[in-house]
Amino acid sequence: MSTTLWLLVGGMALMGVVMKAAGPVALGGRELPPWLAGVVGLLAPALLAALVMTQLFGKNGHLGIGADAVGVACAGIVFWRGGSVLVGVLVAVVVTAGLRMLLPI
Amino acid sequence: MPGDDQDRPPRASFWAGVRAGTPYALANSVVSLSFGVLAVQAGFSAIGAIAMSALVFAGSAQFAALAVIAQGGGLPTALSAATLVHSRYLPMGIGLAPSLPGGPLRRAVEGQAVVDASWAMANRGDGRFDRLFLFGSTAPQYIGWVTGTVVGAVAGAALGDLDRFGLDALFPAFFLALLFAELRHRRSRVVALVGAAIALALAPFAPPGVPVLAASLAALAGLRRPTA
Repeated sequence: MSTTLWLLVGGMALMGVVMKAAGPVALGGRELPPWLAGVVGLLAPALLAALVMTQLFGKNGHLGIGADAVGVACAGIVFWRGGSVLVGVLVAVVVTAGLRMLLPI
Repeated sequence: MPGDDQDRPPRASFWAGVRAGTPYALANSVVSLSFGVLAVQAGFSAIGAIAMSALVFAGSAQFAALAVIAQGGGLPTALSAATLVHSRYLPMGIGLAPSLPGGPLRRAVEGQAVVDASWAMANRGDGRFDRLFLFGSTAPQYIGWVTGTVVGAVAGAALGDLDRFGLDALFPAFFLALLFAELRHRRSRVVALVGAAIALALAPFAPPGVPVLAASLAALAGLRRPTA
């Protein structure tokens, strides 16, 4: 494994520790300034939506739709109906694998 | 919510957390198996993939970095993407802080137990967290995450092309589940839509990882005060 990937492992481990420790250590019981808290609070939906989109539709610099997009859309229906994470993920996998078995996509 | 019982003795809180965290541990093990396989395919050694899961223990950040590396991105981009995904632990840590006893070092160590599901389940709803419930819930999730990675990284070659099993859908489905949990408010839904649009618009042109980083600009909507 390249040095770059080991640096990535070390860097991510360090950042993870810092991110999780920052609140309890540096800020203690104090809260973030309201303007910053508002931005931080909205990072998760922005980033998660982007990750879903790029993984499903933006692979290798091209926009396209494959069996995995259909499978994950079915998982979305499960989540929307209040189903568990495990069931939704299982539905995504089964639908994706089934489509690939039946169709050349 | 499993963490609601405020009068439990400490040991009971811990084991209640273990029971609540076990289903998430099972899901984690499946997802981390996929991570182990994909990490090796992306150029990680089995030890490297296992080390990342053991030391980082953050699925969304690990997959974010892996996606960048697998698409040819460099260390700064991969680390930046992972750090941005990791940044949600900042407000979680701030929320947890008043419930952690002791000095800075002990608080820093105990803060490492935060993962999304545990943090949410340990919330007692009165501004305090059941820290022993948090520890109990995180413990099986950590075991499941590392164990799945070991199996995926070591036996991945025997599994062959994972795409035929549909396992490449695990990652976006897992993120979609996390995303659904974030969409309780209208503002979050708007930000998610804008973030998705930014990422899709940049995907065909921008270097790997940049579309996700750029999507974080959508969170600047948080600078405006909510109207509702």
